[in-house]
Amino acid sequence: MATEPELMFSTHADPMDRQAAPPPGIGWRSWSRWLWSRLTSMRTALILLLLLGIAAIPGSLVPQRTSDPFAVNTLVQDNPTLAEWYERLGLFDVYGSIWFSAIYLLLFLSLLGCLIPRARQHFRMWRRSPGPPPANLDRLPNTAHLICDDPDGQLQHAEEVMRKQRWRVRTGDGWVAGEKGFWRENGNQIFHFSLLGVLAAVGIGALGGWQGNVVLVEERGFSNTITQYDTFTAGRFANTDDLPPFSIQLQDFEVDFERGQAQRGAPRDFRAQVAITPEPGQPSEQQVFGVNDPIVLDDAKVFLIGHGYAPQIIVRDTDGEVVFDDSVVFLPQDGNFTSVGVVKVPDNDPQLGFRGLFLPTAALDQEAGPISLFPAPDSPGLFMSAFTGDLGLDSGEPQNVYQLDDSDMEQIALRGLIPGDTWELPEGAGSVEFVGFNRWISVKVARDPGGVWALAFVGTAILGLSMSLFIRRRRVWVLRGAGDVTVGGVARGERTDLDDELDDIVAELDGQLAGEDPLPQEGVSR
Amino acid sequence: MESEALAQLSNALVYSSMFVLALAMLAFAASFAGRRTKAPAEVEANVAQPVPATVGAAPESVQPETLPAEDPAGRRIGNIGMALSWLAWFLLLGGVIARGLWAERVPWGNMYEFSLTSALAVLGVFLGVSVWRDVRWLGVIIIPLVLLTLGLAVTVLYTEASQLVPALQSYWLIIHVSTAIVCGGAFTFAASVAGLYLIADGAGESGWRARWAQRLPAAQRLDRMAYRTIAFTFPLWTFAVVSGAIWAESAWGRYWGWDPKETWAFITWVAYAAYLHARSTAGWRGRRAAWLAIAGAGIFWFNYFGVNLLFSGLHSYSGV
Ligand code: HEM
Repeated sequence: MATEPELMFSTHADPMDRQAAPPPGIGWRSWSRWLWSRLTSMRTALILLLLLGIAAIPGSLVPQRTSDPFAVNTLVQDNPTLAEWYERLGLFDVYGSIWFSAIYLLLFLSLLGCLIPRARQHFRMWRRSPGPPPANLDRLPNTAHLICDDPDGQLQHAEEVMRKQRWRVRTGDGWVAGEKGFWRENGNQIFHFSLLGVLAAVGIGALGGWQGNVVLVEERGFSNTITQYDTFTAGRFANTDDLPPFSIQLQDFEVDFERGQAQRGAPRDFRAQVAITPEPGQPSEQQVFGVNDPIVLDDAKVFLIGHGYAPQIIVRDTDGEVVFDDSVVFLPQDGNFTSVGVVKVPDNDPQLGFRGLFLPTAALDQEAGPISLFPAPDSPGLFMSAFTGDLGLDSGEPQNVYQLDDSDMEQIALRGLIPGDTWELPEGAGSVEFVGFNRWISVKVARDPGGVWALAFVGTAILGLSMSLFIRRRRVWVLRGAGDVTVGGVARGERTDLDDELDDIVAELDGQLAGEDPLPQEGVSR
Repeated sequence: MESEALAQLSNALVYSSMFVLALAMLAFAASFAGRRTKAPAEVEANVAQPVPATVGAAPESVQPETLPAEDPAGRRIGNIGMALSWLAWFLLLGGVIARGLWAERVPWGNMYEFSLTSALAVLGVFLGVSVWRDVRWLGVIIIPLVLLTLGLAVTVLYTEASQLVPALQSYWLIIHVSTAIVCGGAFTFAASVAGLYLIADGAGESGWRARWAQRLPAAQRLDRMAYRTIAFTFPLWTFAVVSGAIWAESAWGRYWGWDPKETWAFITWVAYAAYLHARSTAGWRGRRAAWLAIAGAGIFWFNYFGVNLLFSGLHSYSGV
């Protein structure tokens, strides 16, 4: 045992790993103790770590409800049997599934069970180490014998030398021990505890945070209350009763698109100009924001996550009275912003509904029909098909604003418009004017109380990790013999030798010897 | 300079770098073949644990890990390979810089540019290590890898330079991408060494593995070199992932969303954490750890090429 240099650092040995067989006792206590020791062994940790990596893979192959609900719905429609199995196995939400959570919770349990005893032992070692020399100092990777007349004096001198060279020194009966690089262990502990901290911070964020999404058309605004959001989710312990009372109005939104040949049509710049009112009654202030540049308000952040076009449409009834006048949000379908939307006019008799296709740079393709050639509004066009009948709004069931239920409606006409056009509907149903368009943006407002903590713990994790990997922990001993002293040392880790530092100590001792009592050349024996 | 001229300059530099690398590859292959065979006893001694040595003895003797002897011709050809590699590196550096000047931004906007820079990083790690250590024997594996990356870049991934999409317009691009690319270079280096370790470890007395082993440093030294590289790179990779998360927060409003790219970065991280644990757990040292090191680099490159080309996610850069 003593020849295995690694084992001289007692924090390294993992006694748990050696307990291979279950205990002879039958009681549940001994079994659970055995299970616990298995769970907290390094080998189990390693296997759980590998399992965690493997378990993360399916989430990148199967569409996830959290990031791509649209693809999930498509899959459910196209392949219901497969989707049912995916559903059963939790494959649509891998990172929230029971089995994924089980792996990382077990891993962190293992970590906790491994760390706490280690930390305790480590703390004890901190005060007591370095311990006495190993039984057979000669068998370390590096040793030297110094022949001398006064071993006791030499030993005392060694202590001074080692203190001067900044070893942590402890002395005992006939020996001096020195240690350096104890922060390797501290770093290791800091790293592993920081991982627990990151997990906790992510948990705090999920339980105490909230986020909402809302679409803003130019010249319109919203205030930060749950009812004004299109979608809103909050963690279990989030206090959603007093969200910060700000409101935001979108004044202008501009986008630049690539016009060169390479990557034609890719967005190049977004500028959303908004007026922010921190609290009702206070003056508003102007701000421009964009991607990579969120607005920070109280403890919430406002992110720009999407944009599109909202054609402005006026509908008049037979008498010329305005029954609808609004900019309607159309959803982009492709990179050239071919956008679809619906207009519902319940205040006309009979009720009117339209399906629309907005094309920022409109063209007619022989096969595909109306398409957009470029995302910027170079020659905007709007294709509308008009329906009359019952919109079905009175049934009381909530309706999707982006879909038209035409089961009780009849299509009466189809027409392409450019800004400024007015379209007289047949059968005296009224008229439609395509005034122009506004842009809209979708913003996400979020508060994540865990974020800062996660960042802080990640910082300490990297720091601890670097200490744990780059600091070499090493020990030296000087042992008194009858007519000599033995100097030996060992380092923990990849390279167990430490000749340079031993040389430094021996050189000092040697010099002292030479001054007092000149030694033969072979004073340092092999 | 005219942007057209810069474009041509960049491409010409990349192609000349590839040409020089091809020559370097030949030189390294010839030099590798020319190493004199070690006597079997010598191989044994090299593999053995460091024997207890004594302070005061010549420090080298503590670790009997000198490289196998070479005949002078093989040595000269190896040196020519090194010189050619340096030349190729500077040519490639010029190509990357010209590309950046052409695009008027950091040259990390699409996969073609990432690939050029990663090739530069892999080669750079190799050359950097060669300043401290004699690693000419590694040329036989590193240079083909670099050449393969460049070949893929100029054939499959080539695109004209253009501006960046808004999500990429951030100083985090520089921080995140540059550290990730350096990590890629170092992980590839480590995996190459680990691969050679698998050949050298237990190569036996005859057969092609034995012949390779006789031309390589001791297996134990290869193992340690792979470990050191990974130990050095792992904190940097942690930082690269975290800086990506910080960037994602400001660009997309969440710092972690299990996007395919993020997922595979996590898997890479876990694989290397497992490697480090494997090294400190009895029974997993050596061969199993080496396989993990190779798997880690494989995952890294899959994340890099595979995820962009196979999956759709937020990390898609128009023009691939
Ligand atoms: C949550 C996942 C974990 C990660 C990412 C992780 C990562 C690491 C890293 C990077 C090291 C440094 C390796 C080195 O010093 O060479 C390390 C060391 C260590 N880890 Fe973990 N660890 C995890 C969980 C665990 C668990 C569950 C245990 C205990 C059962 C554990 C026990 C240890 C020990 C004892 C060392 C010291 C090994 C040494 O210093 O040689 N770790 N860990």
